[in-house]
Amino acid sequence: METLELGKIGLLIGFLLVIVGFWGILQQKNIIKIIVSFTILNTGINLVMVALGYIKGRTAPIIDDSVEQLANHNVINAIVDPVPQALVLTAIVIGFGVTSLLLAYAMKLFRAKKTLEINQFNDLKW
Amino acid sequence: MLRNFLIALVLASFGFIFLNLYNSYEPKTELTGIAAHYAENGASEVGAANLVTAVVVSYRSFDTLGEITILFLTAAIISFFLKLSNEDENKVIIHKGTSEILKTASQLLIPLIFLFGVYVFINGHLTPGGGFQGGAIIASGVVLAIMANPNMTINHTVIVWVESLSGVTVVIIGVLGIILGGGFLDSTLDGYGLGEFGTVFSAGTIPVIYSLVGLKVGAEISNILNKYQKSQKES
Repeated sequence: METLELGKIGLLIGFLLVIVGFWGILQQKNIIKIIVSFTILNTGINLVMVALGYIKGRTAPIIDDSVEQLANHNVINAIVDPVPQALVLTAIVIGFGVTSLLLAYAMKLFRAKKTLEINQFNDLKW
Repeated sequence: MLRNFLIALVLASFGFIFLNLYNSYEPKTELTGIAAHYAENGASEVGAANLVTAVVVSYRSFDTLGEITILFLTAAIISFFLKLSNEDENKVIIHKGTSEILKTASQLLIPLIFLFGVYVFINGHLTPGGGFQGGAIIASGVVLAIMANPNMTINHTVIVWVESLSGVTVVIIGVLGIILGGGFLDSTLDGYGLGEFGTVFSAGTIPVIYSLVGLKVGAEISNILNKYQKSQKES
């Protein structure tokens, strides 16, 4: 079996996590488990984005001695793409905001019905 | 039954899309476009050793300002949403005490966690890390404090002041960039200098901005935790 490159492994695991997250959102009945599925989905997408910026044999985009040695003082040939990593930083913060809002809603919903089973919240169902 | 079938269908179609994406993916072999520009000129233009920080705080600092705003909005919405009535606000709940191990360990660990958070955001331009990460670490120290002592109250006034002051200062530094630098939120100010590459006092105003962002994020997450903790009083 041919060995997978690190970037491809990241891509595969990221896609798998996205599918697991979607499965959890659609299948689970407990609101807390749905929120956990949201964060898994979020992590998967972040992992895919970081994996897309990966370049084989290169190191993190932090310029220090090891980078300088790796490419004969030519940074451009030594580091992976910094832009996806910066975007993922933004995405993580937004994911944090969404998760904390979801948890606040879950607390309010629990106060209203004393349960977290999503099937009990059928007021808008017809 | 139909529901399970539909779920399976959705997941299978996602799997199909992802499989096609995966098969047609060709790994990059070199930096292109804007990434190449950042890699080549980042050190001389911005002076930050961590190029991700250079992108986040200097080249794309509007993004960061937006992130701070999103976090602030989240904290504000949660405060509004979990607001307690006056009766509940004054109610006192005595929680059961926690274990001795957790209490003793938290006394030792919390100062170290705070110190580590401060280290992470002050060195955000040199090492992996930065304001958001450091702020999250500080907030994790607050979580530990709440778990060790569920009856503790977080001083709301201090949090609000730290949050507002650091937010306003970031914007003021941004406006200074218009006057002394190349534009709003430019981290290289005239007369301030870039400093020696690779030291703490380098990269223009990036360490200052990231420290303020770290304080702000730590205060905001602590505020959200405070709201969660207080909402236990709700009847």
